[in-house]
Amino acid sequence: MLFPMKILVTAKRVEDPESKIKVKPDGTGIVPEGLKYKINPFDEIAVEEALRLVAKHKGETVVVSIGGKEVHEQLRHAMAMGVDRAVWVNHTGPLDQMAIAGLLKKVCEKEKPDMAILGKQSIDDDQNQVGQYMAEWLGWGQATFASKHESLDSDAEKSKTPALVVGADGKTVKVVREVDGGLGTVECTLPAVVTTDLRLNQPRYAPLPGIMKAKSKPIEELTPAGLGVDVAPKLTVLKMSAPAPRKAGIKVPDVATLMQKLKTEAKVI
Amino acid sequence: MNLELPEDCQALKRSLREFCEKHVKPKAREWDRTEAFPLETVRELGRMGVLGVRVPEEYGGAGMGALALAVATEEIARYDGSLALTVASHNGLGTSHLRIFGNDAQKKKYLPKLATGEWLGAWGLTEPGSGSDAAGMKTTAVKRGDKWVLNGSKMFITQGTVGDVFVVLAVTDAAAKQKGITAFVLEKGWPGFTQRAIHGKMGMRSSDTAELHFENVEVPDSHRVGEAGQGFIDTLKILDGGRITIGALAVGLGRGALEEAVRYAKDRTAFGHPIAEFQALRWMMSDMKTELDAAQLLVWRAATLADAGQRFSVEASMAKLVSSEVATRACNKAVQIHGGYGYTREFPVERYLRDAKLCEIGEGTSEVQRTIIAREKLKGV
Repeated sequence: MLFPMKILVTAKRVEDPESKIKVKPDGTGIVPEGLKYKINPFDEIAVEEALRLVAKHKGETVVVSIGGKEVHEQLRHAMAMGVDRAVWVNHTGPLDQMAIAGLLKKVCEKEKPDMAILGKQSIDDDQNQVGQYMAEWLGWGQATFASKHESLDSDAEKSKTPALVVGADGKTVKVVREVDGGLGTVECTLPAVVTTDLRLNQPRYAPLPGIMKAKSKPIEELTPAGLGVDVAPKLTVLKMSAPAPRKAGIKVPDVATLMQKLKTEAKVI
Repeated sequence: MNLELPEDCQALKRSLREFCEKHVKPKAREWDRTEAFPLETVRELGRMGVLGVRVPEEYGGAGMGALALAVATEEIARYDGSLALTVASHNGLGTSHLRIFGNDAQKKKYLPKLATGEWLGAWGLTEPGSGSDAAGMKTTAVKRGDKWVLNGSKMFITQGTVGDVFVVLAVTDAAAKQKGITAFVLEKGWPGFTQRAIHGKMGMRSSDTAELHFENVEVPDSHRVGEAGQGFIDTLKILDGGRITIGALAVGLGRGALEEAVRYAKDRTAFGHPIAEFQALRWMMSDMKTELDAAQLLVWRAATLADAGQRFSVEASMAKLVSSEVATRACNKAVQIHGGYGYTREFPVERYLRDAKLCEIGEGTSEVQRTIIAREKLKGV
């Protein structure tokens, strides 16, 4: 018998990597004009994994996003994929990773999920810290960089089998995770925080009936003040600058020259 | 007046775009070359609900409107005209005929499987000897007891061989002319009902096109769709809706061609400059963009009227007329901008041009659209 699971997932609004991202000339941030936004791809993987687990175990999925009204687009996207309902923490202005983790911790205490699944990082500032802070502050188990043994072309993936394996007693979860040089497996007690890596699953495309159903699914509004979290940033961005443009490559006449350059100039072998 | 697409249309556009980038773009050229109907991809679109855009939720569809179907068709056509034609015709013709004019039993039996793509739908109107002059059809249905017996043939039927469910128009009372035509729903495999694939089309090559033949096909009266003698009047309403989607399909092809042209013009250099810097080409691309935007607005107007339950027949004709001609022009320019490479199959623009030409012919030629517009707008002249 399978125990029903309640799973909380996140849906951060990030710049769409397909739109052209430019740094403001004064280095205070990026130019917002003409930018498109989407759900953080790692969060989308988290949503997919949660939906697969709940399809197997039954239960409920809840998606959380923090930001202004515009994050409703990402909440609706997750609900169009199949998530049952949404929590919106209404806050505009800068947030550092500790503030985000603090808000999510409070939402977890309120919602009491069996598992929180988050992207391992968001593709805007790539901090990779929120899941870890959250687990520590909640005193929950944590398994970061969840991945799986099967490839994304495997039959298990095609049949949308969840990669996270919940124990028969519903008290533990086994997670395959990416580590340097391969994969490792950890088992932790529930409730737990799991963060997703790229090769965990292939997220579904939001189906059209799902898009229509998402319109009437509830979004609950919360605020940092209501949750009792001080979100004043402890970090300040001093300056933002674009990476230096890549230098043009060179052509080498033969393998011997290549090997020699790799040894003496690049010093990589 | 709000010119922003509603949120649900934006979401479906995004979903289809991501799907097509991954599953359609890399394969469209090969499908075109081999005239292969991409059944697996069509089934996948069915699982996403793209084959039941306008089917109500109670029958397992998305319950969306004409605007949503237009947006979906346009987005797919950006990548592959043939696949967009499959989606447009499945949704807009056979399935819509059953959705609008079918009785409860017919809707219960067919719509859920059509909406998920488990069954594909086709629609038989055109005949070897009658296209724009649809009322001149020769296929007959004669009543014998509680059955009808069909004889005749249909031509250029989309999903003709891959289809499972066919809505077919036949003459049931020749003397009554346009008021003597009736619609029936047939299933593949019925005795006397055969299909023959048509190969060698100029464009839309991976869309399935066939002749249908009926030789004493017995159709129970329970498979009559709508009242006897009402078929042609119902058909005109289906065609109105279909013209919106063909317009959207054309806009999608034009946009795809423009994007390819812009990419190529930035990349290709001549006389030491990217050719995108030359005024002759810049003007071509400006015209393409402007005309395509205008066509898109006409499509959206017709669809918005349809969704508001207002008359949209002339607006659909205008949208289809302008979009198809603008698209062919834009694709032709895209080939020109690509120069010699544009004339080869290495680049997709020649395919877009071949596909776009169909939009000036299918679901009423440009000449028929002009005739309709003149008839409605020049009353009394």
